[in-house]
Amino acid sequence: MGLLKSQVGKLMSGPDGHQPQDPLTVAGGGRSKTEVPSSNAAAGLGAITTRQHPQGPPEERVTDKLYEARKQVHNKRIDGPFRRFKWFVMAMTLTIYYATPWLRWDRGPYAPDQAVLVDLANRRFYMFGIEIWPHEFYFVAGLLIMAGIGLFLVTSAVGRAWCGYSCPQTVWTDVFQHVDRFVDGDRNARMRLEAAPWTWGKVLRRAFKWIIYLIVGFWTGGAWIMYFADAPALVHDFWRGEAAPVAYVTVAVLTLTTVTLGGFMREQVCIYMCPWPRIQAAMMDEKSLLITYKDWRGEPRGSVKKARAEPARFGDCIDCTQCVQVCPTGIDIREGPQIGCITCGLCIDACDKVMAEIGRPRGLIDYATLEDCQQEAAGAAPRPAWKALLRPRTLAYLGIWSAIGMAMLFALGTRTHIGLTVSSDRNPPFMLMSDGSVRNSFTLKLRNMTSAPREMTVTLDGLAGGTLWTDRVARESASRHQTVTVPADASQTMRAYVAMPPGSSAQSFAFDLSTEDAKPERVSSETHFSAPEH
Amino acid sequence: MANKRIDEPTGTETVGHEWDGIEELNTPLPRWWLWSFYLSIAFAVGYVIAYPAIPLLNRGTEGLLGWTSRGDLAKEIGLADQARVTVKERLAAVDVSKLSANDALLQQARSGGAAAFKVNCVQCHGSGAAGNQQLGYPNLNDDDWLWGGDMSTIAYTINHGVRQSNDDDKRQSAMPGFAGVFDPQQMTALVAHVRSLGGLQQPNAAGAQIFAENCVACHGANGDGNRSIGAPRLNDAIWLRGSSPAAVERQILNPKMGSMPAWGPRLDPVTVKMLTAYVHSLGGGEAFVDGPAQEPGGKTDVRP
Repeated sequence: MGLLKSQVGKLMSGPDGHQPQDPLTVAGGGRSKTEVPSSNAAAGLGAITTRQHPQGPPEERVTDKLYEARKQVHNKRIDGPFRRFKWFVMAMTLTIYYATPWLRWDRGPYAPDQAVLVDLANRRFYMFGIEIWPHEFYFVAGLLIMAGIGLFLVTSAVGRAWCGYSCPQTVWTDVFQHVDRFVDGDRNARMRLEAAPWTWGKVLRRAFKWIIYLIVGFWTGGAWIMYFADAPALVHDFWRGEAAPVAYVTVAVLTLTTVTLGGFMREQVCIYMCPWPRIQAAMMDEKSLLITYKDWRGEPRGSVKKARAEPARFGDCIDCTQCVQVCPTGIDIREGPQIGCITCGLCIDACDKVMAEIGRPRGLIDYATLEDCQQEAAGAAPRPAWKALLRPRTLAYLGIWSAIGMAMLFALGTRTHIGLTVSSDRNPPFMLMSDGSVRNSFTLKLRNMTSAPREMTVTLDGLAGGTLWTDRVARESASRHQTVTVPADASQTMRAYVAMPPGSSAQSFAFDLSTEDAKPERVSSETHFSAPEH
Repeated sequence: MANKRIDEPTGTETVGHEWDGIEELNTPLPRWWLWSFYLSIAFAVGYVIAYPAIPLLNRGTEGLLGWTSRGDLAKEIGLADQARVTVKERLAAVDVSKLSANDALLQQARSGGAAAFKVNCVQCHGSGAAGNQQLGYPNLNDDDWLWGGDMSTIAYTINHGVRQSNDDDKRQSAMPGFAGVFDPQQMTALVAHVRSLGGLQQPNAAGAQIFAENCVACHGANGDGNRSIGAPRLNDAIWLRGSSPAAVERQILNPKMGSMPAWGPRLDPVTVKMLTAYVHSLGGGEAFVDGPAQEPGGKTDVRP
């Protein structure tokens, strides 16, 4: 178990890892070395981390225990611009998640009418007017790359905004915390209830809350499966017990994970399980926006009364701990940037409210870059946060992101909706016919990627004197081209026979596939005609 | 575990090791992590009991559930067989001459036929159905048929075979040997005439005379052949047993005639139908049937 004990290193020091007052030079192992303290958000910025002055007795961290019990976070209700923005993002994301599968999109009689549908059984992906076949999956790969670079862009511009507002873990944790508040009351009531003995009242209350958790989790899982089948029909089948077993299993698994991760684990997911905070820590620099406690302004902390007595001695922070109480991950932002901070801005709301009440300027805790903090601490005027957005790195990410988006839009606009694959028979490579002509056989695969049957014409391109017929017609119907109808949204395999007059030699040619309907399209596929050597 | 000390900035004990000045803090794990760890150990124990896990000397433990990957495969094969049942039933119900009118069923029959061909027919006709000129196995890809190339005729040939004695309805015919009948001049003239039918040589009157007296009964005046008795067509470019004068002469003097077993008694009727569809599709198929699908109970498959 020694391995277990030693697994979590410095970067995992958690929500209550304290920051030092100064870089310490300590003697260890007979050698002198500089101990640069850990700063989770921007490692290596000694100048920043030296400004943290946590007041009060340092928490006892030395423990003989094998594990660390979790301290339940009871975050206090708060209102303010950031909370309202969080409400807005939450409403948007949840609406998109729950409503999208119910949007209809008329695709005619041969294709499903669901606007967004991942049709795994038939291997088709529908998104409004776009239909993607498995061989076009690079569009989805491109979307994922865009999502990745989009996260880089957001992180370099506004820090961990993804974590704070739109990450599903954050949104669902928020939902569950509101359920807590609805059932058990606000922070103080919840803390009292947690400490209270297990009376029948508490049991009933907990049961009621967990039933709501289950409903939320079930609804989350239930919405997920709607993306994979026709939603109204699936709901009908689901409640009649006629849906596919995988639907019930998926709902059960997602209900379980939603309740576990959102209802019970919450900030533990962000702090211990999620790789994203670690990656973001590497992507942020001193010019990235993050939520900072301006310690040069706040320290040393003192109550309003004390500050009135000795104005020169105390900073703006009155140590009311409102910022700690409202934090959904239960950290103290005044200890500096840390892995537990998801930058949701609720502490800014709380602090601004207090500052307004005691008549001090807002922004003791605020969005700022570490560079701005340094300049501000040195006496410069505060720089508006939006100015941090426009910088070369952010613009470069934006450029790459847009370029990929444009390239994908271009590919989407110019792609054909028909396809032709040709493979020539190798056994035998050519065939002598009774009239002395030489025949080659080919297997053609015609693809119709539209949701209506299409009439397509296969034509010989090159191969002067050659005639073409298929396994659907006799040789008497042979000519330079053959017309076939390919069913909607399907690929059709057929054999094609090409004959050349006696004495012809081997040569290259191509099959052309074209449509003459409302949207004429044309594709071509090179191949080879084999003939006996003379 | 020497040199344990308290790290001052974090107040956490170190594990006591140091690598080039880098030390590790002994930060305790979250409790849920330990729970998941113990749970996974419990799961592993349960798995070992329930599933095959421990290798023994000549076999492994079987597990309480009795699961095997072989059993899984057998189940999947069973499902696939069941799925084929409907196709087989539909094929059994349709007349072989009308099969080409139902495109979807025809495609399925061809796929099945291709598989059956590889098992039953490639030994003589070759995996590409190109036959063998030296041994006289006919090429099935071309448009030259000894006994006929429409669906019903092909099915009949497969069912009853050619010149094999175990079937009363077999394809039966024989060309008499002409050894000792012609003198060398006559022979040369006849060979030249036969070759001229396919455009390989100039025609000559003497050969035409001999041909008219001896051969037209089966091969026709112009060498068109006769499919009802399997007499090969001589006026085309395809020579099953070679087109050289020597090969033609050999075939006149001491004719070789191919034979094929009757497959009707060996294969089920549906397989014969599928083989028929496959052979018909190889490029020489004749008499395509057009028009609406004739399949009883057939339905068109359109998605909602």
